[in-house]
Amino acid sequence: MSDHTPSTRHGLGRVLVFVYGLFAVAATARALVQLATDASKAPVAYSLSLFSGLVYIVATWALATDRRTVAMVTILVELTGVLVIGSFSHPDDIDKASVWSDYGNGYGYVPLVLPLVGLWWLWRLGRREADAP
Amino acid sequence: MTILQIVLGAICVVVAVWLVVLIVLDRLPGDLLYGVLAVIEIGLVGQLVIGLTRVFGDHGDLNVAAYVGYLVGSLLVLPIAFVWSAGERTRSGTAVLLVGVIAVAFLFLRLQQLWSYR
Repeated sequence: MSDHTPSTRHGLGRVLVFVYGLFAVAATARALVQLATDASKAPVAYSLSLFSGLVYIVATWALATDRRTVAMVTILVELTGVLVIGSFSHPDDIDKASVWSDYGNGYGYVPLVLPLVGLWWLWRLGRREADAP
Repeated sequence: MTILQIVLGAICVVVAVWLVVLIVLDRLPGDLLYGVLAVIEIGLVGQLVIGLTRVFGDHGDLNVAAYVGYLVGSLLVLPIAFVWSAGERTRSGTAVLLVGVIAVAFLFLRLQQLWSYR
């Protein structure tokens, strides 16, 4: 079964890329709808929403094409984003929310867990290859 | 929630459990499972039609853009999951289908939320 050369897109990475792809579409589409329908309501929150979408797009692409440095940097940005936005945003601001609001509460906290899994995955791949002759 | 969404949601739960069993046993999905996924997809087309009828009717203060976005978006999940999982015929590929089915079930809840908060 494991005849693939190790890469960020195989094994657990196959699942990760799909989850990142879902969030890329969900976050970007959400932000575009928010900005298109009433941008004046919460321009900062909606711009952050769009930024989170872009971060997911880059992470999906980097993981799918085995670009590990880009993936690492993007996932660190993602983790910082969800921690900072989660700590500042008010959970009642549903209308102004981004996917990172309240640590991703509206998405089953997946936005909080996802970067941790991503970093662990990159670390494990690196370790596995360092151990291999 | 419409009856169609309840039925489809229940099918999604059954398929999710089924996929977990396949992943645990390290077995690959067969034609029957793919058939059920196709049934869910057809149901989602039905949901789109019902949803659009609602949007064109009296929909109160509904967030139309988001509602239609979810309706159309839900159609894309399973086909993409199917193609992406076919690229790796292992447990991981099966897990992609599991994530897809869970995502579709989640979208039913979001659609229901949007409709009830209108």
